[in-house]
Amino acid sequence: MLSSRKCRFGALAIAVLLAGALIFTPGVFAESHQDAYKIGGIFSVTGPASFLGDPEKKSMELAIEEINAAGGVDGRMLEPVIYDTEGDPSKTVMAVGKLINKDRVTAIIGPSRTPTTLAVIPMVKRAKLPLVSCAAGNKIVDPVKPWVFKTAQSDIHAVASIYQHIKQNGIKKVGIITVSNAFGESGKEQLLAQAPDFGITVVSAQSFGTNDTDMTAQLTKIRQEKPGAIICWGTNPGPAVVAKNVKQLGIEIPLYQSHGVASPKFIDLAGKAAEGILLPTGKILVAGLLPDSDPQKPVLLDYINGYENKYNETVSGFGGYAYDAVHLLARAMEGANGDKAEIRKNLENLKNYVGISGGFNFSKTDHNGLDPSAFVMVRIKDGKWELME
Amino acid sequence: MQEILQYLFSGLTNGAIYAVIALGFSMLYSSTELINFAHGEFVMLGALCMVTLAVNLGFPLIPAFFLSICAVAAAGLLFERLAIRPVRHPQPIVLIIITVGASIFLRGIGMLIWGKDAHSMPPFSQHPPLDVAGARLLIQSVWILVILAALTAALQMFYRRTLTGKAMTACAISKKAAWIVGIPTKWMVLLAFGLSTGMGAVAGAIIAPITMSSYDMGTMLGLKGFCAAMLGGLGSLWGAILGGFLLGILEALGVGFITSGLKDATAFVLLLLVLYVRPQGIIGPGEVKRF
Repeated sequence: MLSSRKCRFGALAIAVLLAGALIFTPGVFAESHQDAYKIGGIFSVTGPASFLGDPEKKSMELAIEEINAAGGVDGRMLEPVIYDTEGDPSKTVMAVGKLINKDRVTAIIGPSRTPTTLAVIPMVKRAKLPLVSCAAGNKIVDPVKPWVFKTAQSDIHAVASIYQHIKQNGIKKVGIITVSNAFGESGKEQLLAQAPDFGITVVSAQSFGTNDTDMTAQLTKIRQEKPGAIICWGTNPGPAVVAKNVKQLGIEIPLYQSHGVASPKFIDLAGKAAEGILLPTGKILVAGLLPDSDPQKPVLLDYINGYENKYNETVSGFGGYAYDAVHLLARAMEGANGDKAEIRKNLENLKNYVGISGGFNFSKTDHNGLDPSAFVMVRIKDGKWELME
Repeated sequence: MQEILQYLFSGLTNGAIYAVIALGFSMLYSSTELINFAHGEFVMLGALCMVTLAVNLGFPLIPAFFLSICAVAAAGLLFERLAIRPVRHPQPIVLIIITVGASIFLRGIGMLIWGKDAHSMPPFSQHPPLDVAGARLLIQSVWILVILAALTAALQMFYRRTLTGKAMTACAISKKAAWIVGIPTKWMVLLAFGLSTGMGAVAGAIIAPITMSSYDMGTMLGLKGFCAAMLGGLGSLWGAILGGFLLGILEALGVGFITSGLKDATAFVLLLLVLYVRPQGIIGPGEVKRF
């Protein structure tokens, strides 16, 4: 008696689970719908760049859920097929091979990093498949490659925002200190290249290692040249050491940091030394502080609410790249009937899309579509971000 | 003038750190003829233990300092017991490769426990930096120098005045002879590991406030410390200290007068030059053994 009741209970439980799976899994629903569009996603969900890939994967799923809830693209659902690259170019190449040959996706979103993106560009070119990268490196879209787009802001715009601010404050000479890795080198290149456009001279260019313990020697050398401001370009933890050393040496001139440290972690690491530091950041960090007239504000707040409700964790500054990519792609897919060449053409002609990272206006010569207004300058005051004019 | 003084201060701070790390290398080498390439990882463990105890668990500074040293030294003892002693044919090359493996293992453990983010902690004492003729000297740098001096004095006392210290020196001179006269050489090796890794932890704990600590900080620090030990002469106490300061100061001057892009290169080129002229290091023991 007892065992048969147990049995019946078990059967009931299985039935409920199955029904639940049918209702709540978009994948199953989509498959029953015969012709869902498959969208590939390749992100560094684990590994050293997981701080990029993890929120990107989650944001892609969130965006697809939103689009499907609103009826999909031309009545057809989107189905994500996501692989983890671990930030490794060879694993990325393998994942893209699978997406092209096995999953036969309509388009690919990702990868998260510049080296992994560069590694797969020849593959999507051969397969004639649109790729929307979430990496920041400018090399991805310069020179323009027909099938490759990207949604993350470029160094170019960050440097332009900093120089704009420096110029407004009447400073003519700057010293720069950059980290000796790909991020720092690219920043240094842009800082040196754009300085003349703003009438600024770089009087001293120093570098530091990713794990150096003390940068006072480099800063002393910069101070000798008497610049009006110091610009530090790196990712944690080096820039926090620079911030501390600047205060310890009693250097009074303004210190600018790059968008590479635009996270609460930096304030946490640098502590009191973070006070007064200026940096460019995507608007997501200061969404609540934006004026209501900013067209990005509602988009940002929607995304932040959606993300934090779904995943129950604080939104990061990086997931927006994948979120924008999905929405841009969905828009380009409308009316294309799954034709990849048509989608590519639509993407290239897409204008006036307001996303998380800024206002996108793609063109034949610009596959990033953003301008310096994608960045705002913020100052750290009392351990909080303060929006600058 | 003010700049040169500032470079010197920067060099002294870094030099003292390298010296403490080099001491760990050197004293292990002198008693076991072993180079522990996982030493940098013990420095990392020391720094992160210190941050956890002092910042996250709110321990007062002094107990946190000694607790982290004890914890890391215990890890060093375990390392000797579990990875080094069971080796059946303990040739130096085999043991060295084991230490390289251990360094990768420890880095992985560090990443699992403390995550990939860097951690920071406030300095030992809250004072504005000292102003010496326009150059700034951090109070934490003074702490580092004081601790280095105390450590050196303690080691000197240990080797010269205590029976255990003398026994250890005897082991270093000839393991077999020491064993014949009744010195428990296995215990001496274990003790040397404990002391050496404890020294690594001291280095980690004193730099945690001036820099950021993360699971991957050990590799470069270990390499620099090894450089310093080689520069001064492996196995020599004073050599390690001299080598550390030389490396630190030359690095800082290299940044000041050549370029910061070549900071690490300056150190390694110097090492090559010294080893070319004096393979035994500046004040190393007269003869050098090659494996």
